[in-house]
Amino acid sequence: MSQDVFVFIEAQHDAIRPVANQVVGVARSIAEARGGKVVGLLIGAGLEGLSSDAASIGVDRLAVVDHAALATYSAESYTTAVVGALEQQGGGPLFFGNTSIGKDIGPRIAHRLGQGMVSDVVAIEQADDKPRFRRPIYAGKAFCTVEVQEAEYVVSIRANSFPAAEAAASPAEVVPVEVNLDPATFKVQVKEVIERDAGQVDLTEADVIVSGGMGVKGPEGFEMLKPLAEVLGAAVGASRAAVLADFIHPSHQVGQTGKTVSPNLYIACGISGAVQHQAGMSTSKCIVAINTDADAPIFEIADYGIVGDAAEVVPALTEQLKKLLA
Amino acid sequence: MRLIVLVKQTLTTEARIALNDSGGIEDAKIKKVVNPYDEFAVEEAVQLREKGVAEHVTVVTVGPESAVEASRHCLAMGADEAVRIDDSEIESTDSFSVAEVLGAALKGMEFDLLLAGQVAVDDNASQVAVRVAEILGLPQINVVSKIELGEGEVTASREADGQTEVLTAKLPALVTTDKGINKPRYPTLPNIMKAKKKPLTIKSLSDLGIAAPTPKVKVVAHTLRPAKQGAKIFAGTPAEAAAQLAEALRNEAKVI
Repeated sequence: MSQDVFVFIEAQHDAIRPVANQVVGVARSIAEARGGKVVGLLIGAGLEGLSSDAASIGVDRLAVVDHAALATYSAESYTTAVVGALEQQGGGPLFFGNTSIGKDIGPRIAHRLGQGMVSDVVAIEQADDKPRFRRPIYAGKAFCTVEVQEAEYVVSIRANSFPAAEAAASPAEVVPVEVNLDPATFKVQVKEVIERDAGQVDLTEADVIVSGGMGVKGPEGFEMLKPLAEVLGAAVGASRAAVLADFIHPSHQVGQTGKTVSPNLYIACGISGAVQHQAGMSTSKCIVAINTDADAPIFEIADYGIVGDAAEVVPALTEQLKKLLA
Repeated sequence: MRLIVLVKQTLTTEARIALNDSGGIEDAKIKKVVNPYDEFAVEEAVQLREKGVAEHVTVVTVGPESAVEASRHCLAMGADEAVRIDDSEIESTDSFSVAEVLGAALKGMEFDLLLAGQVAVDDNASQVAVRVAEILGLPQINVVSKIELGEGEVTASREADGQTEVLTAKLPALVTTDKGINKPRYPTLPNIMKAKKKPLTIKSLSDLGIAAPTPKVKVVAHTLRPAKQGAKIFAGTPAEAAAQLAEALRNEAKVI
């Protein structure tokens, strides 16, 4: 076993996802404690362009599995490719973003390697020997500290919980890796991929989220949030109640049964802040609540609040921010 | 066609979480339920049987004696049979250990489709079901909002970041359910009574012929979410309050 630490570098729409830069930063802390290098794993098909991007995000070496059978993501082929590349490169702890893909293949890879996994990590408590990681449980109402018992393990980290690694001054060495993949043996076929919210900031990776609840009063209330989101470069979120009332598509739902987000700034407009909603956003760095009810629970976890009707406050805030950010 | 659903008992999502004297999660007085995502899986399995696509639904739980309530709830929803594997000998917060135990149990059972919730609302780890699929060599379709069972295959829509993927897997396979796939039924009183006569087997690790797995990770501490001071409230007309807020976000919180 090497002392090296591995990072799954996730790309979407031909670009490295922001969470990958953060994962490299986490891997760097662990690699320093182990006295090893950070090795990026890039998986896919036709990766010439992405390889040069990935070689510059702060890894010491980049292992690339470029294979026609990896053109479309599937858990089956990606698991085999990641495990193959990891083993050929000497093995070691493996870090993912806690994304759809990280959740899909992280546990599968961990078990194939006979390893433990810590999911959705938000802090490193101890980097050397037996590393300890903090992760939310009960959807963020509490945290537990998990100690890994063996030298090799898998970790997925929550987006926006760690700073991005510093970009490299010069690109890392790129090592092509051959992995044997035979599509004839695959048990899963991808029939169709339907793009949603193309070109929009992914909610789980957004720096700023403007979120609406029953207090925005309808689909037109969400139209009102859009200019505010635009000024801030924010993604739009929603409470479960707003989704159930068909104000907006379920993919925007934040909370215990929706997405878990951790942006720098979360602006809750007309959201009362039920525990289930808090569960999905309470680790946001700065929370703003705009609500007519001064006793709404959202004010208990907010940093700043305005007691008032979102329909009046949101346009006013949009104007102020336009001036300030102009 | 035979279906198996993996079910975990969790605390209700309304629960206020507190720590007990030994630093663990205090669960004594909190209502325990079937993990809501697993409930979607049970409902889906029961509907498939009601449509005549499947013949038999077995729910399998790893948990303490109190988890029998979760098994009974699933039987009252319409599952045919329940198995509870006692977790007293294993490190139940280690997904590796739980998966190894389930893997051993399922190796001795016949099934075409394995169902589970995509995440448990207590540990939020999303690991056990996928690990079980790996142990048994099953293909997987995770976080699914629609399932169609065909001849020797299952087609399901998976919700991924920014896209929906429609995948077909050869049976036997694992499918994990997301919210929105169905509305789980409330068990009726007659069905609760009927459930009491359905087979409910309790198994120990020695029944499965395995020793307790060595845990790969250990939970060493719990902490609660730090309480906030309460919000700084800006008063005045909407324009005045908004101006103060914008100023604070810029110069105090420095987030814009």
